[in-house]
Amino acid sequence: MTALPPSTGKKLGLVIDLDTCVGCHACVVSCKEWNSQSQASPLADLDAYGPAPEGAFLNRVHSFEVTPPEGPPVVVHFPRSCLHCEDAPCVTVCPTGASWKRAEDGIVLVNEAACIGCGLCAWACPYGAREMDGAERVMKKCTLCVDRIHNETLPEPDRVPACVKSCPAGARHFGDLGDPGSAVSRLVAARGGVDLMPEQGTKPVNKYLPPRPRDRLGGFSDESPLARYLDPVTDGAGGFLGWLDRSLGRLGGRP
Amino acid sequence: MHPAPSLILFTVLSGLGFGLLAVLGLGMHPATGWTAFALYGAGYGAAGAGLVASAFHLGHPERALLALTQWRTSWLSREAVLAAASLALMAPHAAGAVFLARPLPGLGAVAGALCLATVLATAMIYAQLRTVPRWHHWTTPAVFLTAALAGGTLLAGPPAAAAALAVLLAGTLAAHWRAGDRRFAEAGHSPETATGLGALGRVRLLAPPQTGGNYLLREMVHVVGRKHATRLRLIALAAGALAPALLIALLPAPWAIPPALALHLVGMLAARWLFFAEAEHVVGLYFDRPVGAAPAAPTTDQRNMPWKA
Repeated sequence: MTALPPSTGKKLGLVIDLDTCVGCHACVVSCKEWNSQSQASPLADLDAYGPAPEGAFLNRVHSFEVTPPEGPPVVVHFPRSCLHCEDAPCVTVCPTGASWKRAEDGIVLVNEAACIGCGLCAWACPYGAREMDGAERVMKKCTLCVDRIHNETLPEPDRVPACVKSCPAGARHFGDLGDPGSAVSRLVAARGGVDLMPEQGTKPVNKYLPPRPRDRLGGFSDESPLARYLDPVTDGAGGFLGWLDRSLGRLGGRP
Repeated sequence: MHPAPSLILFTVLSGLGFGLLAVLGLGMHPATGWTAFALYGAGYGAAGAGLVASAFHLGHPERALLALTQWRTSWLSREAVLAAASLALMAPHAAGAVFLARPLPGLGAVAGALCLATVLATAMIYAQLRTVPRWHHWTTPAVFLTAALAGGTLLAGPPAAAAALAVLLAGTLAAHWRAGDRRFAEAGHSPETATGLGALGRVRLLAPPQTGGNYLLREMVHVVGRKHATRLRLIALAAGALAPALLIALLPAPWAIPPALALHLVGMLAARWLFFAEAEHVVGLYFDRPVGAAPAAPTTDQRNMPWKA
């Protein structure tokens, strides 16, 4: 049913640390890989070896430049995927019941067998989290790796989403954001985690941790902090280098 | 938003068809016999052609019947249920008028009201989307309903009502554009709110997530042809509403209706193309596509690989 559950037992989701994300796209690749082998249909690529390759992805990394009122601009790598919103507009617009939000853990899923590929859910999502699969012609979205996190055939440490498992920087955290005592909830509280586009009223479960303030190197100038190490150091050299230094100096002109 | 021909045809044709059936159901034209056959045939034909056109928009049209199930929450499902119900209920009324010269006014009125509810549901599919501020406004259902009623009365209503509704359509179109041009700014969305990085400073995209295209950009960040928006608005206003109003007010109906209908359809196709092409989706904020802006200059990538342009 496309009615949202009144409340969910857990609010499973991700906390993404924009301070530590290095923009390597490992989460993008591992997400694509896992969801191409484990789901009802692969995450299709079109024209993969042609001039205009294109494919469906459930997670994409943008890189933004943030310019503070004072000081140098900062580059922020920004992974973007489904936020498993509490008030998910993509679920209620679905005409067939293919889109639904699980009452037990809050994960938003698509039943591919009931999807007519109308695309309205993708229109309803402010975050661009849903993409039409060009080959299967059904909507695809992040499942929070529902087939990993509850999978008892996997070793305990592997029961996290593929993107979390693969992040080499430890920038992605998975847990129950409905439990104020969970590690992810405490992380959000400690670091001032934020919602994306809160004015859309979607109440996202996933949170983003803003970058910490950068260290300052005694004011901002165009001169490289390494410049002083590049000064000439041949003064007083002897032997062959000294002879070369003196000979070149006799040629005149600028050093 | 991408102005898909299937959606433009669907909304224009089904709007006209359900508008015409609403006018006939509400008893504004006492047609019987062959006249009734032609009018109800046109209504069913336009509504049906619209529904067939909409099926071309689906990835899996063979599962379309599932769309009748979620009417409690989904406007798209409500539209499907209302369309089926109004077409089914209208049939005995239409058959009575065509074959027995005995329409069923009570049933016709109920079916006519359902036809208008169908048009309202179509409009609400767009108006419910907070992600497209231009559509998320009362002028969206106002335009859809006045367009359907203006088209319907043009074909089967009293000329005075047709002229008045066509003028009203011009008003709702103008109100929709006037409000729409300010909606995005009023909603307060920006790259800063989209990324949650506003507390740090101004945000701009440095590198997109992929070098090629993707579904989101094609479907929702479409930026073609807004260059001619003002001209198209004038065409929509003049051909879609004002010229038909003048024709039906000044000429006898048999002379006025064919050119008025042709002009109205051309104008409504232009208006509906603009409805999609001018609509800015908030997801564009993640791709640094400022709203209302012309397409960006070609990237290095596009210059080196012209087939990607």
